[in-house]
Amino acid sequence: MKILVCISHVPDTTSKISFVSDGSSLDKNGVQFVINPYDEFGLTKGLHLREKHGGTVSVLTLGDESAEPTLRKALAIGADEAHRLNGVPHDGAQTSEEIAAFIKRNEFDVIICGQESIDYNGGVVPGALAAKLDLPFVNACISLDIDGNNVKTIREIDGGKETAKAKLPIVIAGKKGLVEEHDLRIPNMRGIMTARSKPLSVHELIESKTLAQSVSFSKPPEKKEVKMISPDNLEELVRLLNEESKVI
Amino acid sequence: MVIIYAETWENEFKKTTFEAISYGSKCAQEMGVESIAVVFGNSVNPIGELGKYGVNKVIHVQEIDEFEPYSIALALSDITKELNGKLLVLNGTANGKSLIGILSSLINAAAISNVTSFPINHKPLTVMRSAFSSKGIEQVSSNSDCTILSLVPNALGIISNGDSNPSVVLKKIDSNHKTSILQSEKESGEIPLPEAERVVSAGRGLKGPENWNIITDLAKVLNAGTACSKPVSDIGWRPHSEHVGQTGIQINPELYIAIGISGAIQHLAGVSRSKTIVVINNDPEAPFFKAADYGIVGDAFDVVPRLTETLKSFKK
Repeated sequence: MKILVCISHVPDTTSKISFVSDGSSLDKNGVQFVINPYDEFGLTKGLHLREKHGGTVSVLTLGDESAEPTLRKALAIGADEAHRLNGVPHDGAQTSEEIAAFIKRNEFDVIICGQESIDYNGGVVPGALAAKLDLPFVNACISLDIDGNNVKTIREIDGGKETAKAKLPIVIAGKKGLVEEHDLRIPNMRGIMTARSKPLSVHELIESKTLAQSVSFSKPPEKKEVKMISPDNLEELVRLLNEESKVI
Repeated sequence: MVIIYAETWENEFKKTTFEAISYGSKCAQEMGVESIAVVFGNSVNPIGELGKYGVNKVIHVQEIDEFEPYSIALALSDITKELNGKLLVLNGTANGKSLIGILSSLINAAAISNVTSFPINHKPLTVMRSAFSSKGIEQVSSNSDCTILSLVPNALGIISNGDSNPSVVLKKIDSNHKTSILQSEKESGEIPLPEAERVVSAGRGLKGPENWNIITDLAKVLNAGTACSKPVSDIGWRPHSEHVGQTGIQINPELYIAIGISGAIQHLAGVSRSKTIVVINNDPEAPFFKAADYGIVGDAFDVVPRLTETLKSFKK
């Protein structure tokens, strides 16, 4: 089974986010970058599938050289090989076009993405990729079982879940549930050593078009000072919720 | 033309659908074109009520009666292309999120998700969106002839002063699916978190799953959805589907009440768009108080049941 896990290189979840002074981009100063958490669930699922069905797990990212430590980490966690599409991701259309072109040259059975990246939160790439490859797609996927060519998936819907079946190859956009938090693997020393000798290849872009153009970034407005209320005066809280905030 | 996906659940329109129709119809007015809602399923009723939200016309596709993403996306893409749609509006619901990427490729259109503003410009179409898990706001412009927007639920409101009596046109499009749905389960009686107007949430401060009745009682009197912090879902006290935060569900309610949650930055990322935040915590140093509108330092097991009672007598 050939498994591809698409990875975004994103600021760590604990990062304080700020933007450069003209608002054109993220201020990367002092920001730690990690594997996008949704993709980490997907990577672990890929390793589980390899343990069960045999085959290889490849990881891929669209990014410049600064994304390579993230790919090396994925190799240290257990992926067999890594691919970097050499460029900068601009929007879902361009990113999915680049990844689709790579997949067409390399053929995979299972393509696992995270349901969104925690930086731009677009959530466009997985579905766009599936449509470009003309493959079935399951978003917010929390379970994936493969038996021969048959796939059974569960996706989260608003206030519930839905089971569906499809045939390989398939594209899924995963999240927690695909594997559990305690299944996630921390690279050990041996993993880190072997990751250095695993293949990491760099591919040039096909120069696809960007359709949604980022203009500028800003910070959300600051909250005003909190009003502390005595636990013995809950009537006051109810009054404020009613009269001041008008939410009840 | 502005095309709007009028999402339904169990043959009824969702509240977020009225938001999308209001949004799309207002945009259509600004652009000087018609707005057209697309409805799927054979027993949706009453379709005419969409006129209240300003829509000019409804296309009803009866043959496609279940949500299979490719099938719905292909139908929406065919309709958008046929009518030369310039704007396609979706809800940022689970189904909307399943569609946006597929549609972007099928129509070759810019896809902008998490939209939090009406267009600030139409040429090129420019909107604000939430990014970096609500830690940032991004201004984005479209470079393509047609643009797909998906809206943050609860963010843009409903405009219900329309009095149009939209014409309803049946259109036959056969289902063209790539996955087959075997079973749908909805957890009964629950308010889906992304569209909930009020949410009551608790963390490890509750000490164990057996204590959750004080949370559900408070939620009930407020007609609120229930949620939890990441640690609580990780240790299995509550289901994953209740986890709000950066890697869980991002919510946008009018009122968010956080009980026994310290307020880690990852939690705040998922809830900071809430209009009013109440924090109840026995630790006066809990960082969540800095992000709150109202704070109470106190023991949850004492404060929460009394708050429920106070709200009950207020409602009388």
